[in-house]
Amino acid sequence: MTAVKIYVPCDAAALSVGADETAAAIAAEANRRGLQVHLVRNGSRGMLWLEPLVEVEAAGTRMAYGPVHAADVVALFDAGFLAGKPHALRLGATAEIPYFKRQERLTFARVGLTDPRSLSDYLAHEGFRGLSAALAMTPADIVASVTGSGLRGRGGAAFPAGIKWKTVLATAGSQKYVVCNADEGDSGTFSDRMLMEGDPFVLIEGMTIAGLATGASQGYIYLRWEYPEAKSALEAAIAAAYADHYLGANIRGSAHRFDLEVRMGAGAYICGEETSLLESLEGKRGQVRFKPPLPAVQGLFGKPTVINNVITFASVPIILDRGAGYYQHFGMGRSRGTLPMQLAGNIKYGGLVEIAFGMTLRELMYEFGGGSLSGRPIRAVQVGGPLGAYLPESQFDTPLDYEAFAAIKGMLGHGGIVVFDDSVDMAAQARYAMEFCAIESCGKCTPCRIGSTRGVEVIDRLVAGENAAQQETILRDLCETLTYGSLCALGGLTPYPVISALDHFHGDFVKPVVTQAPA
Amino acid sequence: MTAAQRAAVLEACARLKELPGALLPIFHAVQQALGFVPKDAVPVIAHELNQSIADVHGVLTFYHYFRRERPGRHVVHLCRAEACQALGARALEAHVKSSLGIDFHGTTADGAISLEPVYCLGNCALGPSMMIDEHLKGRVTGERFDALIAPLRKSLK
Repeated sequence: MTAVKIYVPCDAAALSVGADETAAAIAAEANRRGLQVHLVRNGSRGMLWLEPLVEVEAAGTRMAYGPVHAADVVALFDAGFLAGKPHALRLGATAEIPYFKRQERLTFARVGLTDPRSLSDYLAHEGFRGLSAALAMTPADIVASVTGSGLRGRGGAAFPAGIKWKTVLATAGSQKYVVCNADEGDSGTFSDRMLMEGDPFVLIEGMTIAGLATGASQGYIYLRWEYPEAKSALEAAIAAAYADHYLGANIRGSAHRFDLEVRMGAGAYICGEETSLLESLEGKRGQVRFKPPLPAVQGLFGKPTVINNVITFASVPIILDRGAGYYQHFGMGRSRGTLPMQLAGNIKYGGLVEIAFGMTLRELMYEFGGGSLSGRPIRAVQVGGPLGAYLPESQFDTPLDYEAFAAIKGMLGHGGIVVFDDSVDMAAQARYAMEFCAIESCGKCTPCRIGSTRGVEVIDRLVAGENAAQQETILRDLCETLTYGSLCALGGLTPYPVISALDHFHGDFVKPVVTQAPA
Repeated sequence: MTAAQRAAVLEACARLKELPGALLPIFHAVQQALGFVPKDAVPVIAHELNQSIADVHGVLTFYHYFRRERPGRHVVHLCRAEACQALGARALEAHVKSSLGIDFHGTTADGAISLEPVYCLGNCALGPSMMIDEHLKGRVTGERFDALIAPLRKSLK
């Protein structure tokens, strides 16, 4: 009898709820019963409430069981799960689970499906086909393809990727760089992490294509320290890619060279801002630079630099493989392609949902997310990270589209959706936004450095009811100063969560007036 | 700084100083080897990289992750960010602090645990989250926290 293939994710989220213990229990129990099993540590399918999600390959189908904890393993063996037989934890064929089936997985096509450490598995699942296509194209044609796909930067700013690449291509330089921003600091987001842990080769492929397109021979992945599993997955994939000449000199027998290295951040949210990230890579304090010059013209070490987010680079291989039109066909308006949304916070079915732009926030939260985890009404949703607006129920029908969110003074950002139930105190959330800005400010510009601390104090006085009307005026004025006077998005966008909380949840800032009963 | 610590700092510098932008990789290597970056390492690194002490100090103190004091045997990073707040991180934070008897940036009297805040661990669908050394833990309740910490406080390893 051949060994049964069993998949237990090595994704950090799965590990956080015991996937390693589950894998060890499966191996031990199989051994005890004298059964042959082949354990594969895959990425996560993104249905995180079901982690550890164990899949068994039975009769050519991957059958899902979850959540499987170490204590469930003996009973699963007893029930015959190696043959895909029924058990209370059986969820059916993974590909048929509605949450998964309804998605449009382009960037995340392989995540959860393959062994992230295996180059041969990557190649067997359409890997490096985008690079092969790119090797046969001129740099200008690669750039045109990325431009034509409509791909916009997935880090949050949504700047058209092709335009950035075109600028780097057009700028002369003896040395150019490709830098991946993997400093995914926004609360509520984990798509970069899941991708790097679940399919690191696709990021390597996307960055290599960027190198070919712009004439850059050196790449850096700037990764936050909080992601040690992603670091080891990336380093293993980079070593495998070098060994098979997908990186290094003469990539796949061509005249092109591309080297790639992982560099670790050190706990500074501001380093997700591209110019402070470049400063940090240069070995300096992560302080924001003035723009212009743009990084595309004078970036890392003063050289022309392509800097994009993980998901942006990882979306490039499929564009080169299937064509710009294929990718461009998904989406709405000026938001083309797909966005991996992340359902987080107080949500019943939290996880990653890659879908074309255009679905409403409400559909995503209720049809995919199943409402709040606590079962209480959803009161507020923060979309787009700690600098994103808090949206009330009346805005839940906004479609997931960059422009539609901008129109309600919100932002889609990196696609994180943090759900709060009705126990949330929105004044406390607004205060936290200011506190976070104070902790993470790089200190270069005054509105952000000082304004954030003053913001905390003003909110404290407002909530305490000390001249409340006057405090609110001061707070709004301060937010205006932050918006228009800050150098970068940290100070510039901190008013979003503050003002949206104040506008939509004003009652939380007003303490009921206690009147003394007459004696 | 002991002779062994000095040797570790010099080793990190020798191995990494030729890298473009070597300072962060060197700090990481020193912290990995020693658990922190000792105050006396700053002039050594500055000398090796031919940078001013002020510059090296400035970079070291900019980043929250680099420690300048020796930590406890285990470092717990507790997430304070919004997605964890939505699942009770504020109450968990209060429990953690009272259970350990320390505030953020503190170390328990027995030298077992140092507590640090962290702003997102990327486990936002399974919060509240924390990291014990390099191990991510999700769905952390007060009870689960106590169960995870108890063996670390007993053992000397």
